[in-house]
Amino acid sequence: MIVGLDVGGTHTDVVVIQGKEILCKVKVLTDEEDLLKTVCFGVIQAIQGLEVQSIERVVVSTTLATNAIVQDKIEPVGVLVASGPGINPWAYVIGEHYYPVSGAVDHRGIELASINDVEVLEIGKELSYKNIPNLALVSKFSVRNPGLEFKMRDLLADNFQSVTLGHKLSGHLNFGRRIATAYLNAAVTQISRKFYNAAKGCMEKEGIRVPLEILKADGGTMAQEVTEQYAVETILSGPAASVMGTLTFADQTKEEVVLDIGGTTTDIAILVDGVPLLKPLGIRMGGFNTLVRGLRTFSLGVGGDSWVRLEGGELKVGPERKGRALAYGGPEPTPTDALIALGLAQGGQKRRAIEGIRRLAERMGESLEETAEQVVSKTCALILETVNALVERVNQQPVYTIHELLKGRQIRPSGLIVIGGPAKELAPRLESMSGWQARVPPDYDVANAIGAAMARTTCEVTVMADTDRRYVIAPEEGYVDTIDWRATKKEVIRIAFDLLRKKALRLGAREENLQMELLEEHEFRMVQGFYPVGRNIRVRAQVKPGLISPYSEAGA
Amino acid sequence: MKAKRKTGLVFFPAFDWAISETHPEREERLLYTQDQIFEEGILDIEGLLEFNPSLASTKEVGRVHFCVPKAESVVTESHYISAGGCITVAEAVLEGKVDCGFALVRPPGHHAMRVVHGARGFCNINNEAIMIEHMRQAYGVDRVAIVDTDCHHGDGTQDIYWHDPDTLFISMHQDGRTLYPGSGFPREMGGPNALGTTINIPLPPKTSEEGFLYVMDRVVLPILEEFKPEIIVNSAGQDNHYSDPITAMNFCAHGYAKLTEMLKPHIAVLEGGYSIEGALPYVNVGIILALAGIDYSWVREPDYNPEEIKQTDEVRGSILSTCDFLLEERKKCGQKREKYLEGKEFVERSKTVFYDTDNIIEEQKEVIRVCRECAGVLKIDSYADTKNHLLGIRIPRKSCKTCQEIGRKWFEEGNVTRFNLVCLQDRVTDEYYVKRK
Repeated sequence: MIVGLDVGGTHTDVVVIQGKEILCKVKVLTDEEDLLKTVCFGVIQAIQGLEVQSIERVVVSTTLATNAIVQDKIEPVGVLVASGPGINPWAYVIGEHYYPVSGAVDHRGIELASINDVEVLEIGKELSYKNIPNLALVSKFSVRNPGLEFKMRDLLADNFQSVTLGHKLSGHLNFGRRIATAYLNAAVTQISRKFYNAAKGCMEKEGIRVPLEILKADGGTMAQEVTEQYAVETILSGPAASVMGTLTFADQTKEEVVLDIGGTTTDIAILVDGVPLLKPLGIRMGGFNTLVRGLRTFSLGVGGDSWVRLEGGELKVGPERKGRALAYGGPEPTPTDALIALGLAQGGQKRRAIEGIRRLAERMGESLEETAEQVVSKTCALILETVNALVERVNQQPVYTIHELLKGRQIRPSGLIVIGGPAKELAPRLESMSGWQARVPPDYDVANAIGAAMARTTCEVTVMADTDRRYVIAPEEGYVDTIDWRATKKEVIRIAFDLLRKKALRLGAREENLQMELLEEHEFRMVQGFYPVGRNIRVRAQVKPGLISPYSEAGA
Repeated sequence: MKAKRKTGLVFFPAFDWAISETHPEREERLLYTQDQIFEEGILDIEGLLEFNPSLASTKEVGRVHFCVPKAESVVTESHYISAGGCITVAEAVLEGKVDCGFALVRPPGHHAMRVVHGARGFCNINNEAIMIEHMRQAYGVDRVAIVDTDCHHGDGTQDIYWHDPDTLFISMHQDGRTLYPGSGFPREMGGPNALGTTINIPLPPKTSEEGFLYVMDRVVLPILEEFKPEIIVNSAGQDNHYSDPITAMNFCAHGYAKLTEMLKPHIAVLEGGYSIEGALPYVNVGIILALAGIDYSWVREPDYNPEEIKQTDEVRGSILSTCDFLLEERKKCGQKREKYLEGKEFVERSKTVFYDTDNIIEEQKEVIRVCRECAGVLKIDSYADTKNHLLGIRIPRKSCKTCQEIGRKWFEEGNVTRFNLVCLQDRVTDEYYVKRK
């Protein structure tokens, strides 16, 4: 038995699944002020009458970190940044306690200037005096040589409750994003630690003694024990949960689009061969670009409760939402009202829906039916336009080799998987307008909780080798070793997969779910003067987002 | 971070292309530049747009070059992408998507001349010229200036625009007596119909930031001001850098950024630059920031020491007198033009071209019609030791009736038993004809 839970803005959904069967699904109201209570209450409700001993896994997806960041309820963080030459470090200023310090590392990982101990200790004193409990320590090119970050940590760690080192969060190059990611991680570390410890305690009280897993933005999970290192990765797990919940219905050989049509927004994701696409570098959160791995989802301001009105004689749908649909006591007509007026959807007060659409119809000089049809078409058209734009953007993603440019796979979706409130009613229209087969999975109302329940543990590692200087490093993993001057890419790939396996297991994965793949593999001959001196090899590998066994073999 | 000027970037390092294993023009060349650009988060800057390069077409290449014996034998995919990358940036600028742009592409192109028998100076086709002729054909651009700041004389670009009064070509480079390709002296000022629209400023070895910026102030900017181009293109070679392995100059990343800020090119195109670890990462970041109007004052090389690369008085004096001489010579262009107009209708020029990369020698005889009304019809008789013999005829854009008639007649008379290839570039109709044996 697996318990999956996803906290949403209004409802929190919980499912208990066993094999392919959903034993129980529960919706409870979300209490934004007391998420812990929501989570515990949700789980307790769901497992009532079930054998707690047969629970193998509990996965939760919460809005904890996201809300803390969006509502500015994060903890203060002291940010120390060793930038060295390049863009002015003040361009990356973040938070209220930001300090550029001396020290520089270049692209080869060579330390050009060291940390000034006195300067750093002074800043430490100042931060302690101000009662700042968290630190984010970041240097440029720390993923090539994390030495400066370690040096700062050694000088300061004793006086702070949490320390985040930039290079631990991602192997990608991007100093500005590294600063933002480290800052956000430090800002939510203690909040997450307290929350998940409490959640774990609450489960134990109910007799659930299996590891608790937390869903991340990339649709993968990690063990509760490591969330305090990677707290920032739990942001935006909600949209990811829904996408993961559709995967058992995805075609493993095609390109498809997932539409999660909610009240206010429609979240769009793209699946390639049944695997959701990730953002190339990381997601955007609270106005900051980050290095947090996340699904490439796009949120469009069109949903079942979008405000429908005439503007300059033209029919407009969204992005504003004035409230619920008229049929449910809202103030303005919505696409939901159009569906109800047409008799395509049931529920609410049909009379109010018809009246609202009729008022529009009169102003447009059209029949009631024609107007309602136009509202539905317009809603679907807006969604499909955005899908096409998103696909186009993915197809235009920059590539850097002739091979990729000439042979690059172009995404041409052939199917839609539609979930969310009005999924059933809108799917046929979306199908006829796009020409893509549209499917609505059963239990689409709790796809998010199902997604959390079935998601596998994911992670990524980046390994770089320089056979001239005879070393191989994966700073994220704290890995440094010597390498033979004759070593080839094959050897480095082996190291990468080895590190990836270890990391995944540490994060809570099970051996049978380690679906590993290479994301990047480059090998460059290095030449100095006019003589070859060795190879520069770069490998990035991941456990790809997907479902745990046996669901991964599914395909309904 | 936000760009003051919207800036387009085509970054195409061609990580799977090299001339040969240890050649400076190899896969690794832009690797560290990519590292620096990625780490600086350049692509996250608001107002900085990255585009994938398009592929230039054979027609776009044929608008500029006579490829011998045919395009497929001298142009590979990588060249089509490099030229296509420039076109992508140009289109983004002309369509108003961005204010300016940088084509960070390889292989380079500024040594590729009108006739192409093979590769010279690591170049096969001229990226800038292909881009400029596309801008003219598709967007109606007329007057264009190219400022070539590569350390090597941009002899290919000079050759292509030698007779074009609507294209101002300015090259500042290390003195040809000390460096490949050995040309680019102040007296080289353009053909009889385009005198004064080719400008060469040879600089002595060890010229540093001070010297480059002096030339910008004294020569380049005033001449640009006078020419009033619609578009300024910068052939942004980066081998004037003090750490470059194949040149002898003392320029730096800060200087390149400053120069870019002064020039304000609409389009910059990467040319040479082979200090791939010590210079390119910093110079390219500097150029991008300067184009975008972002503070570049923190950009410097790890080993930058302005004292060490300071210009000597001797170097300063030499630059000063070159500029004096050049500006004096340029005043005589009007007079020279009058003389040509009074003289013979057709003027000949002969030259030998060595394709160092492909080891080919070409003998060329060129005939231009001295014309009062247009850039003049051009005929090139080119014989290479590959046994290829070309007769190339070019009717320029905006050509007068007489020049058009002469050009078409030359093409008709072109004898395919004497020449194994007779080509006509008709820029008036934008049509390109080939006769073969």
